[in-house]
Amino acid sequence: MNNILVAPAIMTGLGVLFSVILAVAYRLLRVEEDPRVEETETLLPGSNCGACGEPGCHAFAEKLVQGSLKPSQCTVATSETIDAVAELLDVDPGAQERRIARLRCAGGKAQAYQIAEYLGFENCRAAAVVSGGGKGCAWGCLGLGDCRVACDFHAIEMNSNGLPAVSPERCTACGDCVEACPRNLFQLVPVSQRLFVQCSTPLRSDAALALCRVACDACGRCASDAAPGLIRMVENLPLIDYSAGGPARPDATYRCPTGAIQWLEGAQFNDPVGPNKQHQSHYAHSH
Amino acid sequence: MAAHPANPTWRARMKWLMNNPLSKLLEYSFAHGVHPQEHKAGTMALSMQRMPFSSRYLVPVNQHLGAPSKPVVKVGDPVLRGQVIAEPGAFISTCLHSPVTGRVHAIDNRRYPGGMFSLSITIESDPYDTQRIPEHPRDWRHLTADQFVAEIQQAGIVGLGGAAFPSHVKYSIPEGQHIDHLLVNGAECEPYLTSDHRLMVERPDALLKGIEILLHNLGAKSATIGVETNKPDAIATLREHIGSDSQRIRVVPLRVKYPQGAEKMLIKSIFKQEVPAGGLPRDLGIIVNNVGSVVAIADWFERSMPLIERVVTVAGDGVAKPANLIVPVGTPLREVLRFCEGMQSDISQIVMGGPMMGTSVVSLDVPVLKGTSGILAFRKLQRTDSREYPCIRCGRCLEACPYFLNPSRLARLAKARLFAEMQSYSVGDCVECGSCTYSCPSGIPIVQLIRLAKSQLRQSGDTRE
Repeated sequence: MNNILVAPAIMTGLGVLFSVILAVAYRLLRVEEDPRVEETETLLPGSNCGACGEPGCHAFAEKLVQGSLKPSQCTVATSETIDAVAELLDVDPGAQERRIARLRCAGGKAQAYQIAEYLGFENCRAAAVVSGGGKGCAWGCLGLGDCRVACDFHAIEMNSNGLPAVSPERCTACGDCVEACPRNLFQLVPVSQRLFVQCSTPLRSDAALALCRVACDACGRCASDAAPGLIRMVENLPLIDYSAGGPARPDATYRCPTGAIQWLEGAQFNDPVGPNKQHQSHYAHSH
Repeated sequence: MAAHPANPTWRARMKWLMNNPLSKLLEYSFAHGVHPQEHKAGTMALSMQRMPFSSRYLVPVNQHLGAPSKPVVKVGDPVLRGQVIAEPGAFISTCLHSPVTGRVHAIDNRRYPGGMFSLSITIESDPYDTQRIPEHPRDWRHLTADQFVAEIQQAGIVGLGGAAFPSHVKYSIPEGQHIDHLLVNGAECEPYLTSDHRLMVERPDALLKGIEILLHNLGAKSATIGVETNKPDAIATLREHIGSDSQRIRVVPLRVKYPQGAEKMLIKSIFKQEVPAGGLPRDLGIIVNNVGSVVAIADWFERSMPLIERVVTVAGDGVAKPANLIVPVGTPLREVLRFCEGMQSDISQIVMGGPMMGTSVVSLDVPVLKGTSGILAFRKLQRTDSREYPCIRCGRCLEACPYFLNPSRLARLAKARLFAEMQSYSVGDCVECGSCTYSCPSGIPIVQLIRLAKSQLRQSGDTRE
């Protein structure tokens, strides 16, 4: 027998053997998946952001088909998409209030006192581990844009005041910024909840005002002006509990001496002059 | 009797040899590390000096590693110097004592050197009090292991080298482990700092007493004091005081190199052994203690003096009168600088601790802590060019890292936010000594990036530290 034919013969034989094994495995070991899962997944935004609490869009689609989650729990999808998914699966879309990330700090460069010059790596968390950057306030926004980098939806821009401005249109409440902020300043709140405290300092009166012009000095006027039970003072900060008290109205903010509590309309820190271009290029360079 | 230089005796010849070419061979050291300028000449010859009492003291409750202490006094309470004002909040926590006789003025959030705020006890001192407290010796020869640990916790003793790790935690030896050696850290490898140096020269008796107490209570057989050779007077003084006891307590000359005083480096230099990653020196039967902590132990058992004051080196080109000060813990930084005439208008940076591992402070209202070994005020920024250049892969950081890590790779991974991958490069073994950043010609803030990664990993909870 011609020696040169042995190798091709063996290889062909192996190929046939493995193809038979694969064909058998395909029949016998097949995992039946509901075809609706794939259909649902194609409808979903596919951002795999995790805001629904599932590891990704595929897992979310599986849960939808099982019926343990509601389509509206996807915070990224538009209402049309949610309706389309609900129609496909013939389920109730569910009512989910749209939420948005809001910053519990309003102490930008113009409001919070700067007490030192920070020369280290331009990153909030890096600044937080060394003396907390240059701002006197140990609880406020560091302004170096970790949230901006973390946001997959480009919903956060640093404004010229050094604060992250969240675009209400783009924000999907995925929670990446909440995790990225070393000071834990972002909070996901329903868009309709307009009464918001833009400060996180546990200090009170002069000690708080020594750090920032718009700090909450814990005077408690908002709590007494709001509907009974709506606002409580907890650790020198007003805590707004929408479920406990009466309706929220802008009245609560009228007597605030510093403007720490705000009645927000739309975006939180709209920049009158637009995003700082110089800042932007700087971040693009360092990341 | 001095020999004639032209005809030296054999002894003189040997002495010359030992002091010059041979001495380098006799020094103990480790591989890698850096050689920063020492800057110790300005304060190394200055005797320790007691700072006058100031009018107000600030004692933060989380000035040590571990859980914060729990205040046990109320606003308005009169307190005596040395009285317990906060009790340990957990096992890894310690007691705090009033540095002064006076009255509790406030218990609220105040800034402390980390830049953050912490619950602090403010004490107003009584200007008419003599600030003298009764001294009486305590029994240390008949203590059980648990009693000894409790005594140390009661005394509020923490590691005075800078990290402020509660000492009693080190002394609670788990079942089955045995301590053979006590290693006393007198390396003081940080530039500028001379507080341990002065302590060794001026209080050798207290140091040896502390060693005796520790040897007795830990059941260790021998003690070693490691001292860098830039402190020949300390080595000579200690050897003289040890005298005939040199079988049990020896003084070892260490090469002048940073970070010689890091616990694991010290063990490597002297015992040629490596502490396993994630392990503790006591796994090798060794306990390492700073000179200051050992003296504090002697002070507690001999005079019932808890840790309410420490030696602080005040130096730097912004200080007109550099000094080694005995400062009550809690003295505001402002008072210390004022005393040393370090309040020049052109000061641009104040560092608490040494220049390599210390932190820049953002406010003069912060107090001196138990772990504050130095206060350095600089007129101009020590790093003139704060710009960062690309890594040129020169490998200097690899040669500097005493733990044989790859700092350049770690920094690059941190910049790319690949924190999980940094664990396979042993980021948890980094002790943040700063040798890599010091040696980097591109000015890359490597240690800061590593600290950033560690902070991120701690938050996501998958650190192997």
